Amino acid sequence: MSALTYDDVMAKYEPVLGLEVHVELNTHSKMFCGCSTIFGAEPNTQTCPVCLALPGALPVVNEKAIESTILIGLALNCSIAPFSRFARKNYFYPDMPKNFQISQYDEPICVNGYVDVEIDTDEGPQSFRIEIERVHMEEDTGKSLHVGGSTGRIHGADYSLLDYNRAGIPLVEIVTKIVPGTGKYAPEVAKAYVAELRDILRSLGVSDVKMEQGSLRCDANVSLRLIGSDVLGTRSETKNVNSLRSVERAVRGEMIRHAELLNDGKKVKQETRHFQEDTGLTRSGRSKEQAEDYRYFPEPDLVPVAPDAKWIETLRAGLPERPSLRRKRLQEQWSVPDKEMAAMINADVLNIVEETVLLGADPTKARSWWLGEISRLANEKEVAISELAITANDVAEIVSLVAQGELTDKLARQVVEGVIAGEGSPAQVIASRGIKVVNDDGALMAAIEKVCSEQSETADKVRNGHLPAAGALIGAVMKETKGQADAARVRELLLGHLGQA
Amino acid sequence: MIKNSAAEMAESLASGATTSVALTQAHLDQISKVDGKVHAFLHVDSQGALEQAAQVDAARSRGEKLGPLAGVPLALKDVLVQKGVPTTCGSKILEGWRPPYDATVVTNLKNAGVVILGKTNMDEFAMGSSTENSAYGPTHNPWDLTRIPGGSGGGSAAALAAFEAPLAIGTDTGGSIRQPAAVTGTVGVKPTYGGVSRYGLVAFSSSLDQAGPCARTVLDTALLHEVIAGFDPRDSTSINAPVPQVVAAAKNGDVKAMKIGVVKELNGDGYQAGVRQRFEESLELLAKAGAEIVEVSAPNFEYALAAYYLIAPSECSSNLARFDAMRYGIRVGDSDGASAESVMNLTREVGFGREVKRRILLGTYALSSGYYDAYYGSAQKVRTLITQDFNNAFEKCDVMVSPTCPTTAFKIGEKANDPLAMYLNDIATIPVNMAGIGGMSLPCGVAPEDGLPVGFQIMSPVMQDQRMYSVGAALEAALLSQWGAPLLSQAPSLGGAA
Repeated sequence: MSALTYDDVMAKYEPVLGLEVHVELNTHSKMFCGCSTIFGAEPNTQTCPVCLALPGALPVVNEKAIESTILIGLALNCSIAPFSRFARKNYFYPDMPKNFQISQYDEPICVNGYVDVEIDTDEGPQSFRIEIERVHMEEDTGKSLHVGGSTGRIHGADYSLLDYNRAGIPLVEIVTKIVPGTGKYAPEVAKAYVAELRDILRSLGVSDVKMEQGSLRCDANVSLRLIGSDVLGTRSETKNVNSLRSVERAVRGEMIRHAELLNDGKKVKQETRHFQEDTGLTRSGRSKEQAEDYRYFPEPDLVPVAPDAKWIETLRAGLPERPSLRRKRLQEQWSVPDKEMAAMINADVLNIVEETVLLGADPTKARSWWLGEISRLANEKEVAISELAITANDVAEIVSLVAQGELTDKLARQVVEGVIAGEGSPAQVIASRGIKVVNDDGALMAAIEKVCSEQSETADKVRNGHLPAAGALIGAVMKETKGQADAARVRELLLGHLGQA
Repeated sequence: MIKNSAAEMAESLASGATTSVALTQAHLDQISKVDGKVHAFLHVDSQGALEQAAQVDAARSRGEKLGPLAGVPLALKDVLVQKGVPTTCGSKILEGWRPPYDATVVTNLKNAGVVILGKTNMDEFAMGSSTENSAYGPTHNPWDLTRIPGGSGGGSAAALAAFEAPLAIGTDTGGSIRQPAAVTGTVGVKPTYGGVSRYGLVAFSSSLDQAGPCARTVLDTALLHEVIAGFDPRDSTSINAPVPQVVAAAKNGDVKAMKIGVVKELNGDGYQAGVRQRFEESLELLAKAGAEIVEVSAPNFEYALAAYYLIAPSECSSNLARFDAMRYGIRVGDSDGASAESVMNLTREVGFGREVKRRILLGTYALSSGYYDAYYGSAQKVRTLITQDFNNAFEKCDVMVSPTCPTTAFKIGEKANDPLAMYLNDIATIPVNMAGIGGMSLPCGVAPEDGLPVGFQIMSPVMQDQRMYSVGAALEAALLSQWGAPLLSQAPSLGGAA
């Protein structure tokens, strides 16, 4: 086998993607029974006759889960089926109590949507449309824990333990149509798609979308075809892709693996593969060459889902602004450079910055507080920003006090620190710490004269019109006044003093 | 006392002439006397029944308002779960399992103060027409112990005919309430699908299964019907509408101006002469009582049996997948190093009987990709056509009638190795399940040639169950005045019968 570079692959082949995303809904109860869905409870404490599949137990659909699924469908520009049905997907596995999964088959609740994602290309930002084939509801399985053996896998294990707490948690599966035409950007497009979905789902409030906890899982289907061919190649389906970065790596890795096989005259096997975080490679799972026969048939224990058209329109009207559009809008409104915007998104402060701005703060100031000093303090304390005892209101108030000259930046930092330390509101911190700005021009002039005589060479430079030199003098004045002066006023007075006003 | 109707027993209880404990003990004594021969019960819960009876007596003595059947004993088909009481469905695979919860039907019975004597025998997972498919041995027909009591609910029907209980619960997927009622000379009703909750009814075929009341008189059946019926939020297919007024209908028994449609296709060839004779005589009695007899046709009924044997096995192949030794029931082959898959296989191999395996295989095949459209898909279309046949016929009549079964009770072992002959027993009962409507069987005499009971079937439209009770009560009254005593008094004594 020859080691191929990514460019080698792209010289000969075109990748075709297909992405299946499973989302655990954050409903309080399970899909078909009243059991709790809280993550991390003692094994088998969140079970009942229904989700344990005791003889005689029957499922009943969770209406909240239907609502969440419709919201997802609407946000992904899908049509909502006026009539859809659940179906049984039959296969035996110990962590699936009924030995069939209640899912949807040929009558899913949402069909034919799309999501546009934007990525950076060599030619600048470019948008790709990912078409959605279907969004359907199903239930999660339990979890098997294989004990003994070295791999934690079922083979070689001494015994297995079953935890049915997860059995019956509502899952939504979002399936794309095949995605051709992404060329060498396929890995980035795949990642951007999952990121976009995650943002949309988060904005809808229907899921925790935590990839590391498994509440958002992506299966990446990849195939290659010769450039110019319209015949699809054999695909592999990579599971276990637990982060956005892994989505990109998995797609890239599979493209290279397929190309190597094809170049050597070998066939790509249609199979499930498991992504390995440490190596970035995939290993073979079960072969799908003999397609499993799930013997789907309509679930006779459940009546069809027929959502009222008016209800759908109410849900549509209440949809939140699409996160990517909102980000664009805010970036424009606030005139934020790309890098800063990305930093805000990464630090997850966009919402609180917006809240602060809506309270009247200057967008640049609000951003720099949340992204700068407050983020730094959060890092220092190793907590999330949202856990700090400072609110958008506090920051808006501080920004306003600075703008009015009541606080200097340095004093404002002390106020922020005090609020976070739990000393109360900005006003309370200012009062209790005795913080106040020196805005007595006489006192400032004294300090300025002192500094100018101490640093007469620098003062002369300014007198001769070299204004950048003023910085050093201002800094010295600020130091002289222990930071309690308003730097802008100092600058004004200093330049006047040196004949440069 | 045990030969009285449930309504009469309820009256004695209400008047203080007897107590529930005494009544329950009398039935437990009868069970001790005759059940060695009949084998109607898989489990007798003497202690639980007497405790429940004592509670009802205590409540009555406190002057609490009680339901019309409070204190009356009942036999429960072993396919419904009752908390803490062994439930096997007639299968080895569930041997020793005690459910941690009550079926909604059981909850309703308990709330009404009905005393549950124990669990009755049945064909394994309700698959059969003779109760010979029980893993725990067959039930014998009290009319002739060498004959079958029908199935799958042979235990419940035999318990009634042997005076081991005045009331019983059955379930009916293709006739499992009505056919046993017919061959034991008792009354059995399959309510409209969705009329009685299926929560806690161990599923055979979810879209066809329906629990229903069994008794020795039409009125008793109606009283029990109203106790168990009603909307249940735990069953998505349960109908959210008021329960039909079946007790009132059974008390009135008025058929004047009612049109009774005789189904042309459910008579004639293949029906035993004595069955046809008693059926025809019953029609005359109904006409005398003021009903108008009309003939109706249901051309698609001839496909019902074939479609049924695709739909029911398909659903059962999926419903029975949960019996995998992981969480309940027996576990076979769980030795060191055995995989879960091998334990599942061995357990299912040992735990299921031949008929159950036959139907699981049939259903698995019918649902397989490439066969689905031809088998399951076509069967669903037939189902629609059968429903249309009923709808068309019900435009011309208020109820439809037929013999319940083509023959009287056959001998144990006679058809055990001929599944097709066995399946034909349900030819007249299956269409009712396919359309989800109501069906009743009540005794209309014994066939002159063999002296065995004949069943008369009445079918009523969806949620019009009261109509079959009106007709059933009218016919029952006419027959009783002819016979002078209930039909069961013609049954041979089982030795111990009081």
